[in-house]
Amino acid sequence: MMRDKLQSLGRHTLDIFARIGRGAEFLIHTLYVLPAILLRPALVIRQLYYVGVQTLVIIVVAGLFVGMVMALQSYIVLVDFGAEESISLMVALSIMRELGPVFTGLLFAGRAGSALTAEIGLMKSTEQLSGMEMMAVDPMKYVIAPRFLAGFISVPLLTAIFMSVAILGGYLVAVELLQLYDGVFWSQLQAKVDFYEDFMNGMIKSVVFGFVIVWIAVFEGFDCLPTSEGLGQATTRTVVHGSLAVLGLDFILTAIMFSA
Amino acid sequence: MLVEIRGLSFSRGNRAIFDNVDMDIPRGKVTAIMGPSGTGKTTLLKLIGGQLKPDAGTIRVDGQDVHRLGHNALYAFRRRMMGMLFQSGALLTDLNVYDNVAFPLREHTKLSESVIRHLVLLKLQAVGLRGARYLMPAELSGGMARRVALARAIALDPEMIMYDEPFTGQDPISMGVLVKLIHDMNHALGLTSVVVSHDVRETASISDYVYVISAGKVVEHGSPEKLHHSGSAWVKQFMDGLPDGPVPFHYPANGLIDDLMQSEQGK
Ligand SMILES: Nc1ncnc2c1ncn2[C@@H]1O[C@H](COP(=O)(O)OP(=O)(O)OP(=O)(O)O)[C@@H](O)[C@H]1O
Ligand SMILES: [Mg+2]
Repeated sequence: MMRDKLQSLGRHTLDIFARIGRGAEFLIHTLYVLPAILLRPALVIRQLYYVGVQTLVIIVVAGLFVGMVMALQSYIVLVDFGAEESISLMVALSIMRELGPVFTGLLFAGRAGSALTAEIGLMKSTEQLSGMEMMAVDPMKYVIAPRFLAGFISVPLLTAIFMSVAILGGYLVAVELLQLYDGVFWSQLQAKVDFYEDFMNGMIKSVVFGFVIVWIAVFEGFDCLPTSEGLGQATTRTVVHGSLAVLGLDFILTAIMFSA
Repeated sequence: MLVEIRGLSFSRGNRAIFDNVDMDIPRGKVTAIMGPSGTGKTTLLKLIGGQLKPDAGTIRVDGQDVHRLGHNALYAFRRRMMGMLFQSGALLTDLNVYDNVAFPLREHTKLSESVIRHLVLLKLQAVGLRGARYLMPAELSGGMARRVALARAIALDPEMIMYDEPFTGQDPISMGVLVKLIHDMNHALGLTSVVVSHDVRETASISDYVYVISAGKVVEHGSPEKLHHSGSAWVKQFMDGLPDGPVPFHYPANGLIDDLMQSEQGK
């Protein structure tokens, strides 16, 4: 009994390490073929549409609501101190530093990451990847690299859009609903938000998140067991691991960026 | 000889699929590979194509050890030498029939679209699907999908084409057309064809040489006539499709009675 448990623990541990190894090897291979894909922009543009543009709606809607909720909540706290002019600052800083990159990462993993995994996994289980190999078309170049690059480009752009829309949402609540003077709203932003400290740090986060999510998504698809069950598990893993990676990395990056 | 296989061993898990197998596939001929379902015919094609690595032994294609080629060399080699028709068709589901057949041409040649259109329509005409060129793979029947895959496999006119069960799911008419197509391509263009098929009569009618494999070994090989008159009970059973004889119909297992009796103890 005990020995069985130990054995299965050992096997699981080995499986995990083997998977990490395959993932790292896969990443190196992907990065290696990435330059070649720059000569085929059509492939990347097509994926930018599927991966980026189709995620836009959910990002815009989520951004709007997050911004509005942030403004309402900030107002409730700040008004007690007579500091309600600082709503815009509160909204903008939390959105740029944390919520923008994290929300976009989580939404991207759920919307585009899972779709990438499912698509690649299905191509694998229907032998399309094998078929390409035999036609001497490298699926790493033709399938993986364009998707990887498109995702990597999309996430920071989506994050920037999320941030803008969220601040707009905050503006709507603060100025239209709570009747704050809109000159105060914008002047606070201009005076107190630092381009590098706040905006760029958020963007750096989004670049890291995008890289990791897309890596997980394409790897899980490529590595999945070619069965419907294996495909389902791989898709779930993309969302779970992708989301956890975003949250964990966010903590580490925040600690590095804002502790000094 | 175009393909020389020496001492090939390959296993999946604990199961040996090939055990020290030697085979030769002559250049410019049609070679048939037959054997019971699950013996490893598809696996053999993938080994020849360099998609799987043998545990032991060598596979030389055109004098070149396939498994010693580096990644880029292997791709260049495949492009020049091999076409393969997958058992499942393996069509790209996001492209329509026309674009699927055009895919290898667009990837590997600098031909203009008008030349590509010419070639694609001719290939599709050969498999009787010129009229279906705007359909998506999801809208094709199994037999049609395999014919499109066939058109795609021959698009680049490779030196050797491996067909994995091209006749499965074809009605008698398209079957006759495909048999003739494979035969004609072989004669007109001097291609080497490797045909994996269970349709013994049709395959024998166009093949110059037949290998029968089972349980990791080559059981018999020779010209179709030789096999038809083979004294081996095994080959006779296989060629005539009789359920009883030396060929096991079942995947290796314990006796049925034992299995049924054990059902109480689970599994
Ligand atoms: N990916 C795989 N993982 C593990 N075992 C496999 C895998 N693919 C095939 N096998 C095993 O290898 C053996 C040979 O499979 P293969 O597909 O080559 O058979 P086949 O001769 O082509 O059969 P069929 O005529 O039914 O197509 C089978 O017994 C199968 O169980
Ligand atoms: Mg097979």
